[in-house]
Amino acid sequence: MTLDPAYLDYPRRRHGYDHDLYPWSALHERTPVQWPGGKSVAVWLCVSLEWFPITPSDTPFRAPGHMQTAYPDFRHYTARDYGTRIGAYRLLDAFAKAGVRASFATNAAIAERYPALVADILAAGHEIIAHSTDMNGTIAGTLPVDEERALIAESLDRMEAASGMRPQGWLSIARSQSFATADLLCDAGLRYTCDWVNDELPYRFSNGLINLPLNHELSDRQIITVQQQSVDSYAQSMIDAFDWLAGEATHFGGRMLPLHLTPYIIGLPYRIAAFEQLITALVARPEAWFATGGEIVDSWAEQNLA
Amino acid sequence: MIEGAADPGLYDFAPYRARPKITWPGGKTVAVWVAPNLEYYEIDPPNHPQRKAWARPHPDVVGYAHRDHSNRVSHWRMAEVMSKHGFPGSVSLSVALCQHHPEVVADANARGWEFFSHGIYNTRYAYAMDETQERAIIEDSIRTVRDATGQTIRGWLAPALTHTPRTLDLIAEYGLDYTCDLYHDDQAQPVKVGKGSLVSIPYSLEVNDHYGFFIYNMSPREYADTLIRQFERLAAEGEQSGTVMCIPLHAYLIGQPHRIGPFEEALRHIAADGRAWIARAGDIVDAWKGQQP
Repeated sequence: MTLDPAYLDYPRRRHGYDHDLYPWSALHERTPVQWPGGKSVAVWLCVSLEWFPITPSDTPFRAPGHMQTAYPDFRHYTARDYGTRIGAYRLLDAFAKAGVRASFATNAAIAERYPALVADILAAGHEIIAHSTDMNGTIAGTLPVDEERALIAESLDRMEAASGMRPQGWLSIARSQSFATADLLCDAGLRYTCDWVNDELPYRFSNGLINLPLNHELSDRQIITVQQQSVDSYAQSMIDAFDWLAGEATHFGGRMLPLHLTPYIIGLPYRIAAFEQLITALVARPEAWFATGGEIVDSWAEQNLA
Repeated sequence: MIEGAADPGLYDFAPYRARPKITWPGGKTVAVWVAPNLEYYEIDPPNHPQRKAWARPHPDVVGYAHRDHSNRVSHWRMAEVMSKHGFPGSVSLSVALCQHHPEVVADANARGWEFFSHGIYNTRYAYAMDETQERAIIEDSIRTVRDATGQTIRGWLAPALTHTPRTLDLIAEYGLDYTCDLYHDDQAQPVKVGKGSLVSIPYSLEVNDHYGFFIYNMSPREYADTLIRQFERLAAEGEQSGTVMCIPLHAYLIGQPHRIGPFEEALRHIAADGRAWIARAGDIVDAWKGQQP
């Protein structure tokens, strides 16, 4: 067998990227960012509020954390719901006790099904960002563009109808997009997305959309459920990350530590205390600026950085 | 290699006992080399009939963006830590990075790092290439790295570890003198090739950061401790005959903020120990060659 000769053609081998979604830029060469109050590390707490229909959809793909057994998978359906009923409230209490605010990436279905929870989140001063319709609302390059446009619009409209607010930010399920997503999010009036993990500060797509990187490697899902580590190891890693970023900030300007949290993972009784201690330790650090995603984007945009 | 044979015939069995003694410069017992992968993965590569480039339909946002983190952010963090503790890199390079992000390649070159080829892109696989096609990627690699850095590549780590039965013979024919694709030893070893000569330099998948974090699911501190244990054993065994320790890295993994601190402590430990000859791959190959009968 011989490969098609076209396999050795490289039509996009050029300076910059092999796409036009966003321009090439290395973090260390950019103008330093300054966060409010002279703080140097923005700590962004982002909680995912997910509703998994017990009837999972595999089109375009089944979301991480979705049903795993033959129908009806009571085990995973109820364990995920535990996160919304109990875990989310443990997190709300932990945030209140520490005096910090967070972003909640919320399925529209959560706002419709559990309006009391969403009201409690908003009343505490947290931000809600859009996170599709429900956990069957996945996006990928195989989703027809019209369907994707409708999914984004439906997510925002249903969230607004149920909660009274229209989100400014967007997190795709599993951070999965199509080649059209950045334009569709812009067209829908969204200001920022959290899907691209290639950077550690906000940056602009070519179409003006801002990406606020939500590092998947620092998420509770990645460290605790994928890499099977203890909550103590998770907490140690977050402290190590903070220490490193605070050190870098003394030379390069503001840095950012995103903590992506999943109520049915971090909100369990045997894990939450370690998380509370982690937040207490980070709040005590003089370099830390706890902020919502919207506040970080606002501060960055006001500085007219690239 | 002997194509189709059950034993590919790449080398003779050489038991670890009673080998001729290898000595490293300065009386050091273990040669330590760090091998950062400087890579470019295409967002929408053509399909290869034997392997998918991405787990998801294109664009695989997390897969692509995670690797892009290397060039935008974590290369610079990883490289600074290496330079601070006196570790040069021996780079497995997706040579198209010379076109896409020449700033990254220039930074590595300015730090005195050595380059070897890791193919054109890490999303183009050598499986099923005919000889003409495989010669084309070898010639492209030699030319591209020479134009970008002035260096002539001496080694090969196959793109995404994809080979043909001809790969080792061809790179030897083109004058490359080491391969990083064979994992059978803790010392440099000769490889049987058709023309010329080729050395297998110990690389390591086992202490590769990808294996550490995504196969063995280590915490950052466990991985740093693993590197120290690997070093301690090889430094002790090297008193009998010099060993080689390779630390293969990907900036998008080791350069993450929660991992780079513990990694720096491992480098500090190895540099301070006194038994390590910290070198580039080519230096190790030269020192080994100089001791062959």
